[in-house]
Amino acid sequence: MEVLTMRGISKSFPGTKALDNVDFTLRKGEIHALMGENGAGKSTLIKVLTGVYPKDSGKIFVDGVEGEAHIHSPQDAQNIGISTVYQEINLCPNLTVAENMFIGRTRGSRVHWKENERKTNEILTNLGIPAQANQELSHCSLAVQQMVAIARAVDMNCKVLILDEPTSSLDDKEVQMLFGLMRDLQARGVGIIFVTHFLEQVYEVSDRITVLRNGELVGEYPVSELPQVELVARMMGKNLNDLADLEEIGQKKENVGNIVYEAENLSSSECKPFNFQIREGEVNGFTGLLGSGRSESVRAIFGADRVTGGKVKVKGKSVHISKPHEAMKAGIGYLSEDRKRDGIIADLSVRENIILAMQVMKGFFHPMGRREMEKFADEYIRTLKIKTAGQETPVGSLSGGNQQKVILARWLLTHPDYLILDEPTRGIDVGTKLEIQKLVLKLAAEENMSITFISSEIEEMLRTCSRLIVMRDRNIVGELTGDDLNQASVMQTIAGGGR
Amino acid sequence: MTVKATSRNSGNRQPMTDTKLLMLIAIGIFVVMYGAAMLFIGKRFLNTQEIFNLLNNNAYLIILGCSLTIVMIGGGIDISVGGVVCLSAMSCAKFLQTSGMEGVPGVIVSLLLALGIGLLFGLEQGFLVSYLGIQPFIVTLAGMFLSRGVTTMISSENVPIKHEAFLEMKKTALQIPSVGKLELGAIIALLILLLMYLLLRHHRLGRSIYALGGNQQSALMLGINVKRSRFLSYVISGVLSGLAGYIFIMHASSGKTSIGLRSEMDAIASAIIGGTLLTGGVGNVFGAFFGVMILSTIQEIMAASKVQESYWQEIASGSMLALFILMQSVVLSRRGKKMSLPAWIKFKKE
Amino acid sequence: MMQKVNSRNRQGLSQLVIPLAALGILILFNLIRGIIIGDLGFFSIGTRVNNDGNLVLTGNIISIIDDASALAIIAMGMTLVTAACGGQDISVGAVGAISGAVYVRVLAAFGLDHITFPGVLAAFAAACLVTIIFTLFNGTLVSVFKIQPMIATLILFSCGRSIAYMITGSATPQLNAPLINSIGKTIPGIPIPTPIFLVIIMGLILTLIFKVTNLRLYTQTVGINQGAARLNGINPTLIKLLSFVILGICVTMAAMIQVCRLNQLSHKTLLDAIEMDAILAVAIGGNSLGGGKFRLSGSILGSYIILMLTNTLNDMSVKPDSIKAYKAIVIIIIVIAGSPGFKSKISNLWEKIHGIEKKTVSGEVH
Repeated sequence: MEVLTMRGISKSFPGTKALDNVDFTLRKGEIHALMGENGAGKSTLIKVLTGVYPKDSGKIFVDGVEGEAHIHSPQDAQNIGISTVYQEINLCPNLTVAENMFIGRTRGSRVHWKENERKTNEILTNLGIPAQANQELSHCSLAVQQMVAIARAVDMNCKVLILDEPTSSLDDKEVQMLFGLMRDLQARGVGIIFVTHFLEQVYEVSDRITVLRNGELVGEYPVSELPQVELVARMMGKNLNDLADLEEIGQKKENVGNIVYEAENLSSSECKPFNFQIREGEVNGFTGLLGSGRSESVRAIFGADRVTGGKVKVKGKSVHISKPHEAMKAGIGYLSEDRKRDGIIADLSVRENIILAMQVMKGFFHPMGRREMEKFADEYIRTLKIKTAGQETPVGSLSGGNQQKVILARWLLTHPDYLILDEPTRGIDVGTKLEIQKLVLKLAAEENMSITFISSEIEEMLRTCSRLIVMRDRNIVGELTGDDLNQASVMQTIAGGGR
Repeated sequence: MTVKATSRNSGNRQPMTDTKLLMLIAIGIFVVMYGAAMLFIGKRFLNTQEIFNLLNNNAYLIILGCSLTIVMIGGGIDISVGGVVCLSAMSCAKFLQTSGMEGVPGVIVSLLLALGIGLLFGLEQGFLVSYLGIQPFIVTLAGMFLSRGVTTMISSENVPIKHEAFLEMKKTALQIPSVGKLELGAIIALLILLLMYLLLRHHRLGRSIYALGGNQQSALMLGINVKRSRFLSYVISGVLSGLAGYIFIMHASSGKTSIGLRSEMDAIASAIIGGTLLTGGVGNVFGAFFGVMILSTIQEIMAASKVQESYWQEIASGSMLALFILMQSVVLSRRGKKMSLPAWIKFKKE
Repeated sequence: MMQKVNSRNRQGLSQLVIPLAALGILILFNLIRGIIIGDLGFFSIGTRVNNDGNLVLTGNIISIIDDASALAIIAMGMTLVTAACGGQDISVGAVGAISGAVYVRVLAAFGLDHITFPGVLAAFAAACLVTIIFTLFNGTLVSVFKIQPMIATLILFSCGRSIAYMITGSATPQLNAPLINSIGKTIPGIPIPTPIFLVIIMGLILTLIFKVTNLRLYTQTVGINQGAARLNGINPTLIKLLSFVILGICVTMAAMIQVCRLNQLSHKTLLDAIEMDAILAVAIGGNSLGGGKFRLSGSILGSYIILMLTNTLNDMSVKPDSIKAYKAIVIIIIVIAGSPGFKSKISNLWEKIHGIEKKTVSGEVH
């Protein structure tokens, strides 16, 4: 029996179609995995379902609601039995477990501590959650906090429970605890939508899988009929509508020069020790699903996280890189994964954003002249075809693709020997994606730049990289070159052989 | 995100919460300080009346400590309290002197006047902060200017109160034989303290204010009316400030423009010393009470010892504040949380 | 090219709309009021011979600009701290008292009877040094311990004046040397008050610093997006500390002006409550109190607006103590006009009236 049915859901944002005619169904008492890479539309679908975003078109039917369900806010969603537990737990850490269970739900003005705590303890025991009602939430482990959030949802009689990346900060034991709870709820007839990037976990608990890609529905499969490799293929797979295929983007460079950057047992607070090297004019890539450690590794190279150990050589010379500034001095550039948080300086102008890194390289006491800045900014606005009203437009008002180009310009202007591009094509339109890929190849060929290119879209990496480093669970599990650079073997390596 | 394994004690014992820990430190320091004063200075510190005097003299500050604690728990700040105290004290004094309303009605109307003034300020500030999204520091700074300015319009002279019924009421005190005398103002302050404790602990609004100070986004998701809770926290703060002004003239029996000068900072300092976190979400009115007691004990010790100059007192309370701020910083970082700006200072952009 | 210049001007000036409008309204108000009461004394500029026999400029406008000097200088430093840290230093008045105390103490060490230029210089240098140590104490709490600026500076706010008292003791020495008058009032032969020059000099020094270093860019970057600043090789802690150093210099300068102007030091009243005015000046100048982009000229303009408002109210024979109330009303109007809630309401209204759809930002073409 279907507890939730979504039909023909579409949702557009300026410049992108985030969801295009997507269907989704959830049965009573099933765990349904919602899969897809970045930008596939999972989070948009969930936000439409929970009323955070209004949908452009489509219909939502919920068991127990007559006709179409109208959901305009998370509150509406909760009232008809749809609850969400996010990765960043939406509970108040400074309140007790019991309060977090009941706050915002009771009518009367008096808080009944004793009764709430008694009820909470009952629910906690009932669900087997190892916490106590009078405990302050911040004293609980993350897994328990997550379970408390789930318990709250369950106690509010939710029929549909959405778990958005619940396991990404839990260790193995905690994950098992959570799964136990999920199975328990399943037995009670709650439909669970499980969003995760961990394939093994999907196969461990889910009944069915829905795969999205680029805002479109790829398909809905029972777990038993979809081997792990197939799933990876569906998620990352060849996209026939991609314009990119129709256009020649240039030749990959075959012969490469001396080693530019070499790391031995490099580790940081966020990643395990790894070895890595890159040669002059080489384009390589780190691949793996989100959370596999691909971004954390390049952040360690750039000194963006706290470096905890390892030896680094740049052009044969031993250097110490523990801060971004030192990496920049050594000739490394890094375009970060999160453009909004770590990239753009939203209120500053396009010009200032472009010259920022070069200015820092030149030093505090050597500011560039206005003319010089304008010349550089002009040059890059032209060569990268940045669409902006002018150099003085605040970069925050540009579209995502153009913001990305501005940051790319920022790093190109420093003429790095080694440029790291972490998800440069994320959340931008197809045309710009293509331009960036072309540029990467051109830089490697003409300027002999070494480039590390990271993308969630395997197609892009195959087109640009001559060597792929594959990561899984924060370890390097393979390195593919030459003939091995094809979708099948990449997916095989990512999926890790099993199934 | 590094809170790993749960460190739970057996049975029902829970690890100490931030609130309790910081407040216990404050109580500890107060006891040690007062004990030292008894040992080394002796004399009046050995007299139980001394403790009552601390309460009698600082009754209004205890109330202000409560209002600041409530606003700060919600992640805001209110620096208008001192000015509102002054305005309400001055207005009441002027009213009692010039209205000619004798007897009990005069007392009641003047009390209502004090509360009304506080309420007006609370409503205005709460509205601007909560519904228009203006930074509380600026809004309450304006409130401070406004109240001080209006006070001088009422009178820039001292206004002594000679209202008979008022003076009669002022004399009311709890006389405990061989222990001491507790003035009516202090009794009211203690009642307010209790009331605010109950509000914060057992009322839906109180818990909502805690929730919104802990994590505004979560509070919203948990179904709390964040804007209204914040609005009400400023309203409460305003009303309490008005009442504090009334309590002040009950002790001093005259209105003047210097009333409550810098008392907003004393109140903030008391709240911080008592364990209210700058980041919001953590705090306790009893903590603020002990904050007030610590600051006033310093004052008394300085007055009693040979140090005549008042500057040592300020330096001592300043160092005390520095100590507590740093201690909070350490307590928080030890627990894996970073001290960060509260939501109101970040409001400007998405 | 034309378009580029236009857009640059538009960007820069938009921040000054509110302060310029406020200034315009004040001037207009005084003009109309002057015409009605038949006395344009508000705008008078004249000359007179002072006690030392020098010709000096007098008049309302001159005294407004002169009186605003200390405030304008502190507002400059406050602007930088606000931009970098997203918060304000409320201890500037108290730290100013310390600064003035050190200044007078060093002067006294040289002998108050014969104050010489090197002596003044040495006193200023010593005051600067001590003040910077105190502002760096604030800066460390803010940047290293990550304590909210207002709370961190509450410590010195509450005990700074007592520290000043410790330095000078109870004496309030009189400074009556001609050199002191040259700093606080006028230099013989120059009719314009010296503090006005000091504001210009301070402004020029900061402008020069912005020219020969990247301070402006770094400060704005740190204020807007600290994480991104770090990833671009900027050290946010250092930039924040630097802003406090500059504030320290500004505070010293302001304290010196005030001490020389009054010919005496009073640790209780020197630069009293100036922190509130300085923060207000920054806000009126169109700078976000949450940090990020800033404009020094806005804050300086803000200081003059505050003083002009005070002066206008004085003129209307409002009691000096009551002026605060009117100031508060002006603040409230300005912050409401600049608040996000109000802005969106106005733009909605505008659209309704004109029946047009929200114009897309020109940068958003694909």
